[in-house]
Amino acid sequence: MSFAVPAPLEARLDELTTHYPQKRSASLMFLHALQEHFGHISDEAVEWTARKLGLTPINVHELVTFYPMFRQQPLGKTHVKVCRTLSCALAGGAEVRAHFCEKLGLDAHAHAPQTTSDGKFTVEFVECLAACGSAPVVLVNEDLHEKVTAAKADAILRTGK
Amino acid sequence: MPEQFKLILKHVDAPGYTPDIECYMRHGGYEALKLALATAPRDLPDGKKLTPKEVVREDVKASGLRGRGGAGFSAGLKWSFVDRRSGKPIYLICNADESEPGTFKDRQIIHKDPHQLIEGMIISCWANDVKLAYIYIRGEMPRGAKLLEQALAEAREKGFLGKDILGSGNDLEIYVHRGAGAYICGEETGLIESLEGKRAYPRIKPPYFPAVLGLYMCPTIVNNVETLCHVKHIVTMGAANYAKLGTPNNTGTRIVSLSGDVQRPGYYEIEVGKVTIGELINDPDFGGGLRPGRSLKAVIPGGSSSKVLKAGEVFKLNRKGADGQMTKVDVPLLDLPYDFDSLQQAGTMSGSSAIIVLDDSRSMVDTLANLSEFYAHESCGQCTPCREGALWLAKGLHRLSHGEGRKEDAAYLSHIAQNIQGRTICAFGEAASWPVLSFVKKFRDEFEAKGAADEEARAKATGPAHGTRTAASSNQH
Ligand SMILES: Cc1cc2nc3c(=O)[nH]c(=O)nc-3n(C[C@H](O)[C@H](O)[C@H](O)COP(=O)(O)O)c2cc1C
Ligand code: SF4
Ligand code: FES
Repeated sequence: MSFAVPAPLEARLDELTTHYPQKRSASLMFLHALQEHFGHISDEAVEWTARKLGLTPINVHELVTFYPMFRQQPLGKTHVKVCRTLSCALAGGAEVRAHFCEKLGLDAHAHAPQTTSDGKFTVEFVECLAACGSAPVVLVNEDLHEKVTAAKADAILRTGK
Repeated sequence: MPEQFKLILKHVDAPGYTPDIECYMRHGGYEALKLALATAPRDLPDGKKLTPKEVVREDVKASGLRGRGGAGFSAGLKWSFVDRRSGKPIYLICNADESEPGTFKDRQIIHKDPHQLIEGMIISCWANDVKLAYIYIRGEMPRGAKLLEQALAEAREKGFLGKDILGSGNDLEIYVHRGAGAYICGEETGLIESLEGKRAYPRIKPPYFPAVLGLYMCPTIVNNVETLCHVKHIVTMGAANYAKLGTPNNTGTRIVSLSGDVQRPGYYEIEVGKVTIGELINDPDFGGGLRPGRSLKAVIPGGSSSKVLKAGEVFKLNRKGADGQMTKVDVPLLDLPYDFDSLQQAGTMSGSSAIIVLDDSRSMVDTLANLSEFYAHESCGQCTPCREGALWLAKGLHRLSHGEGRKEDAAYLSHIAQNIQGRTICAFGEAASWPVLSFVKKFRDEFEAKGAADEEARAKATGPAHGTRTAASSNQH
């Protein structure tokens, strides 16, 4: 698979670099945009970003490995992030995650993100999503779901969002 | 009757209120900006003259506004530390990284009233000669980032941003910058590194105080979302009137995030110090009490990093008597006024004003194990005590909460935590150790009992072999 950034995306990224007195500052925004487009951050994406921002690939690679939201492998189309932290745990967050795993045939005890073999879903535990008052919460791609019950989880699995 | 006081949340959740600029302006939006830009110079008694910008900066100081992000530092004083002589540009960054477990107040402003934040930022930037500012929003709020970008575009179109704002001769651009899932980006110098396109490794202070050596080594102001919103209201109300809200040295209002074992978790705005912890938990207009049949066990009063308070604790607080003399009075936990100073005197902090309530069904071991896993995951890894210690704490607590504990674990955990705090580059070291130190100190019996029970269970499981031999050998005498 060859790596090609579509012209409109590149234009958007070029505009982004004008937001900062130093181009390097745009790295995180570049990586977000590339991950959104390609589904993950490949080595090519790292090299491309480095070239665009006048950096060496290691400057970009070390961001991909530091910031938990960046992925070096493709993930499921629907990314289910279940909050693990205290307020959600008190409200049954672990049970919600176990429910997702069971329904999807994933290991409820594994800690790392897991993707279904059909590539449709990825389930992972994340830390506090700043919505603790409506625990337990789940972030599905860009949508926050609050007070998640088994029924709500099933609806997420049915619709993929 | 304790009541909410909605200054920042006035329109949030109001029926029909939308996050667009038209709605905001229908409700008086951007009038404070016009008022600020029209500020008259002020003559001081000593013959000095303050420029309009200095007047607003002085007013923010006089209002008593303290930072709402965690440390509760005077906003006006922070602004006064900004190096204005260096000739370098001054930057302002809005800290919208909201990631302290238990905290969900900035989210409400960002998603439901973004222009309030933007107006507060424009006034703050104008008053501090800032021409370029950023909103650093946590990566897990993609919708919030888009809303803010939309709101900024609207403000630009109306001439509140860009060149020559409202004909005042001042320029300003504000951009949204997204984080990518690391808690340490909330620490202001980590945030600055992250905004520079690097790993969010906090910088050591001194010398890297943001007010002098911040973003791109230029003077930089970092303020929390809620803090910047308050600036707008200080301008509208005037410093003196604003300072009448709340209590002395704890002025204004504050949004409290309430979660855990209460019937009505949620965000509640109060006058600082006018409502007690007990009222926040039990009043029908606030937390509505615990679930039926449950009693209170503990309160985490200011975000997960604050020291836990135990049900039934009584604190010695300084109070001014009728004769003006300071005396110490006993104040039980539930009667603690929710403000910066009272919580500090109670040995903890109001931090990010996030209260997590724990009832008697909760295991303190499991609760602490959950929190320690957070800190182990989020340490940036620069300092050995924090990187290793946070992991050891999490591992030790995992063992203890999974039937593999030892009697001495309580002492072991405190020992590790003591060797983290005060030995690190940033305050994350304290954030990771304070919960451990306070949980173990105040619930020591529970930690020791769990370790002892685990040992006993293991001894039973491995059979009597070891024990009987000892008994037999002592019988020979
Ligand atoms: C580990 C750590 C995490 C922090 N996280 C946040 C945060 O998510 N949001 C925030 O506003 N401040 C956070 N702070 C506090 C900031 O460093 C800084 O003090 C604050 O943004 C200043 O704004 P204020 O004076 O308006 O409160 C954090 C501090 C530490 C040590
Ligand atoms: S205390 Fe922890 S989080 Fe802070 S700089 Fe050191 S290692 Fe990083
Ligand atoms: S603990 Fe789950 S959102 Fe905060």
